[in-house]
Amino acid sequence: MFVRWSAAIAAVALLSSPALAQGAKPTDPQIAHIAYTAGVIDINAAKQAQKKAKNKDVKAFAEDMLRDHEAVNKQALALVKKLNVTPEDNDTSKALSKQASEKLAELDKLDGAAFDKAYVANEVAYHKAVNSALETQLIPSASNAELKSLLQTGLKIFQGHQQHAEHVAAELK
Amino acid sequence: MMPGRLSSIAMALVFAAMVVPAHAATIEITMENLVISPAEVSAKVGDTIAWINNDVFAHTATAKNGDFDVNLPAKKSGTFVLKKAGMVDYYCRYHPNMKATLKIEP
Repeated sequence: MFVRWSAAIAAVALLSSPALAQGAKPTDPQIAHIAYTAGVIDINAAKQAQKKAKNKDVKAFAEDMLRDHEAVNKQALALVKKLNVTPEDNDTSKALSKQASEKLAELDKLDGAAFDKAYVANEVAYHKAVNSALETQLIPSASNAELKSLLQTGLKIFQGHQQHAEHVAAELK
Repeated sequence: MMPGRLSSIAMALVFAAMVVPAHAATIEITMENLVISPAEVSAKVGDTIAWINNDVFAHTATAKNGDFDVNLPAKKSGTFVLKKAGMVDYYCRYHPNMKATLKIEP
């Protein structure tokens, strides 16, 4: 419980970091960078889980995350190329990446059932945080219609992942 | 040139079009941008449901009651022939927020 909440709170806090919270809307190049970074983070988490997870549902979940997030990021890359937009690194992306590498290190110390539980709990919390950022900040701030539409599809996928992760978490208990 | 033959072919086509669906129709349901449409479909036992996945993401059509579990890889379709009557709720195992219903009549 503690792990899940602390991860959720940390992620939400980071996603509403000062750079974005002071009414300064993120620009499209920044939004693209944040969304892409959020995908890479979950891909890295899934790769770690593929190596460490023991439970077959957890392994299958990690494979689903890898496949979907790679597909979304492939679309994102194709879109920024088409729009001739260069994703721009920013404080939110940096904070997300930093927190994610800390999480990877923390999970790396766990094994077996303890790892499975912690990974899935973090997936629930992480998708919740990303979905909330998409809904309240990234989608409303996006000015390009195609970017907005990709983010909206992303939101539906990640809401699906959140529910899927919640099912897997419930099965582990 | 041979009105008799043409009209009989035409008749046969009309007849086929009328008769075949009544026995066993194929009903297409699409999955696009994580939306199943139509979300509610009426069908009969013996009909084939063809799910067409237009997304770049893999989906499944998984019955809540366990009657079917059809894998739908990205940009692929899959079919299932209805065997039992009833209201069947189904969803995508990968994205459980994708939900729909089949009303299957005997």
